[in-house]
Amino acid sequence: MKYSYYPGCTLKTKAKDLDIYARASARALGFKLEEIENWQCCGGVYPLGTDEIASKLSSVRALNAAKEKGQELVTLCSACHHVIKRVNDDMKNVDDIRTRANNYLELDEPYAGETAVLHYLEVLRDRIGFDVLREKIVNPLKGRKIGAYYGCLLLRPSSLMAFDNAENPTIIEDFIRAIGAEPVVYPYRNECCGGYISLKEQKMAQGMTSKIMDSAAGFGAEALITACPLCLYNLNLQDSETKIPVYYFTELLAEALGVKVQTSSETAEEVQAS
Amino acid sequence: MSFGKSQAEQIREISGVNPYKCMKCGKCSASCPSFTDMDIKPHQFVSYVQNDDAEALVNSKSLWKCLSCFACVERCPRDVKPGRLIDGARQVVVRQRGADYLTPEEIPERLDPELPQQLLVSAFRRYRR
Repeated sequence: MKYSYYPGCTLKTKAKDLDIYARASARALGFKLEEIENWQCCGGVYPLGTDEIASKLSSVRALNAAKEKGQELVTLCSACHHVIKRVNDDMKNVDDIRTRANNYLELDEPYAGETAVLHYLEVLRDRIGFDVLREKIVNPLKGRKIGAYYGCLLLRPSSLMAFDNAENPTIIEDFIRAIGAEPVVYPYRNECCGGYISLKEQKMAQGMTSKIMDSAAGFGAEALITACPLCLYNLNLQDSETKIPVYYFTELLAEALGVKVQTSSETAEEVQAS
Repeated sequence: MSFGKSQAEQIREISGVNPYKCMKCGKCSASCPSFTDMDIKPHQFVSYVQNDDAEALVNSKSLWKCLSCFACVERCPRDVKPGRLIDGARQVVVRQRGADYLTPEEIPERLDPELPQQLLVSAFRRYRR
């Protein structure tokens, strides 16, 4: 199975591990991520103003590129997923935005929200299946107690994201079980990490992520996993006494699939090129 | 589009929010992770826009405390979308010349080696036109 793939800006720079281990794991699971050519940054946050058009065009270009290849569009970063999924909903359901974006882009055929947008975790759950994933695990992470950190952008607003139950999600816990580890459910797993506030007011983000870390550690988590580079950054800012490591979910997936050669990015680059 | 319109009208138009749907249950404020840092609280946003007197809201520090986490949007039983309303107020500010909350000149002092590009992009999108 082939999918169009939108990595996003941070997966090419600070969050290379999120990308590299996802590609290696995809190969092990028998699907291919074909990176969209000349993709542009999604902008990181969904433009909320009803009159915003220009700031949505990069997402429309990515969505249309997938449509032209007749493929579903796969994302990894929570923020990219949020933005592209919501812009796709606008293109499908908001006449004014669809008309104006198409007038500007002058595509061969107007884009009207035809592409299905899937987060990598949704590919694992809905296309591969967690039961099949479980069978392909060669190195089950037995005895590891892992907390899922969902954050905001994958889940809310659930009417548009349709990712999982926004108040009591299970997809990442099911993923953790599938790779042989033990999920730790804790109350702060869908609370905000502070997001972009950490640029100007780091203390606010630190306060939030300290509560998340304390909550996770208090319930017995020995590590957290996330899909978002900004969540990972903010979680590592926290200054409480409990310090548990935070990984991208793809790194543990690659480890369980036996394709995590080494953690050094040099080796990972070789994996990517192979 | 803003010529001759009150700030409250501009906020209503940009956000697409109908503030009259609110029944003041307070779920938004109860859910907001920035509640204690806000001077005007999420359940109060609608009042300023209903009463056509948005000046206090536009000058509120709450504009810069909202995290776009969408907890208020998710939990609102009347689908008012307080997070969109506060973004409308933010847009009324940053769309004015020279009213950016974040400028490129500030960036070098705020950088650290681990800081993800995503953070810069997101902050610029929310804090600047």
